[in-house]
Amino acid sequence: MSDLFLVGNGAGFSGDRVDAPIPVVRALVQRGLPAAMFFECLAERTIALAQIEKRRDPDAGYEPMLERLLEPILVDCARAGIPILGNFGAANPMAAARCVARLARRLGIPELRIGVVTGDDVSGTVDLSKLAVHEADAGLDMSAWTLVSANAYIGAAPLAEALARGAQVVVAGRTSDPSLAIAPLMHHYGWAEDDWQALALGAACGHLLECGSQVTGGVFWDPGFKDIPDPANIGFPYAEIGRDGSLVVTKPAGTGGLVDLRSVKEQLLYELHDPAAYLTPDVVMDITGVTLEQQGRDRVALRGVKGHARPERLKVTACYEGSWLGEGEVSVAGPNALARARATADVLLQRVKQRGLGRRARADLIGISAVHDSDAGALWRSYDGPEPPEIRIRLAVESATRDDADQASREALAMLCCGTAGTSGARWRVTPRILTRSFLVPREMVPTEVTVREARLWN
Amino acid sequence: MELIEVPLHAVAHSRAGDKGNRANLSLMPYDPALWPALAEQVTEARVLALFAHRGATRCTRYDLPLIHAFNFIIDDALEGGVNGSLNLDGHGKSLSFRLLSLTVKVPADKLPRT
Repeated sequence: MSDLFLVGNGAGFSGDRVDAPIPVVRALVQRGLPAAMFFECLAERTIALAQIEKRRDPDAGYEPMLERLLEPILVDCARAGIPILGNFGAANPMAAARCVARLARRLGIPELRIGVVTGDDVSGTVDLSKLAVHEADAGLDMSAWTLVSANAYIGAAPLAEALARGAQVVVAGRTSDPSLAIAPLMHHYGWAEDDWQALALGAACGHLLECGSQVTGGVFWDPGFKDIPDPANIGFPYAEIGRDGSLVVTKPAGTGGLVDLRSVKEQLLYELHDPAAYLTPDVVMDITGVTLEQQGRDRVALRGVKGHARPERLKVTACYEGSWLGEGEVSVAGPNALARARATADVLLQRVKQRGLGRRARADLIGISAVHDSDAGALWRSYDGPEPPEIRIRLAVESATRDDADQASREALAMLCCGTAGTSGARWRVTPRILTRSFLVPREMVPTEVTVREARLWN
Repeated sequence: MELIEVPLHAVAHSRAGDKGNRANLSLMPYDPALWPALAEQVTEARVLALFAHRGATRCTRYDLPLIHAFNFIIDDALEGGVNGSLNLDGHGKSLSFRLLSLTVKVPADKLPRT
């Protein structure tokens, strides 16, 4: 019995279903095995948006759904000895810890030990201009960009240290996603920091679980082809990891979704490039020898993952405020909709050009071609299929200033009077664009710090 | 055996991911017996051509025969990626279904549905 450890996932991104962790925690408690829960809430640019929030309010800048996610499960996890780890600290892990502490006190568990891992934020400590660029963003002129955030993807070791110091909740900012699953395994099994084989197993576990429902039927179901039970209540995943190196992905009984070879393959290859070298700060994972086996309903076993020595340097992702995005949309419907839509798109692009409002502009004919199309509209311009009953025309403009982007988006609004016959349903908006660039930083330039104290002492 | 031309969607599934300005598209036949036929027909050149209108520059296919899967990496397919794209789908998450619109010829008895 004690040769198994369970790792559950409660969120796959900031914006995930907030009631998802409840059945997972219930399943872990029922199983009665040593276990941990992790929450992945931090996409590439989420931290920049959080940093902007923090500037406005020094007590903000962490996962806005944190309290909502933890409230239904915190007491159960604390009682059952199930630690919770998450990168829900985003740009402000200390404020997130204070939020968890307030929640714990309100729920009557002021003795809850909350750990915080800091050090990922290198915006004030590392000179980015001296670092190697990781993913070349060729052609991007960074001269006018303003740095918003720079965070290193830290590994599992400091998270495991927080657990070793008794933390029942571990709040982090930027960590690599799989590290959130590797850390409790490291702590439980006492894996060494250079036990590449063991760490690769943990990385596989983290990689399969880090996107939550994506391994249990989310972004998988395709009605009539890949049907899943109860898509409104997809069960989030948990894994059973054995001391012997076994790994089984499953989900709570009584929830929607499924775990089968198809769903596991899709997630195994998700955002993976070379299958022989998936880089994490803890280990390089090689899945070329992996085999999968369905072991009964909603249970898939993975075998044959290999580990290689971790990369020398850590990845840093820097986010910049660089420009503004103006978007505007209108609809046309009924006879001759296609011709009216094409004409609308052309006139919107002409207006933006004529007024000099954007550096780049594109138009989409939603219903004909949009997400698969190019900025030049290659697909909708060459479309010769049947006319759909309705088309929505979208204008998107990148501008140097907020005012230019706003003016560009309002060109869609103006079409309510100046547009083709029957133009309707205008919407327009402006958003700041967050641009990112990744660098590689020597590990020693990213010292981490772990703070653990009881909820009653976090103020 | 008679060969029938069908969209990949009839016989395979796919998921799209991204890293910067690169797209990754997995591809798995529902029937493992079709893996060799897809290996022969779903070439790097054909997949690159699907994204030529977006300026894609290179396609690399990694084969995973043990799990009957392929992983396609398409460089410069995202017109700047989520960083810089003006596309509604800056991540390119919908692109798996562009791959699944590619046609392949498969034996009629391997079709799960017609």
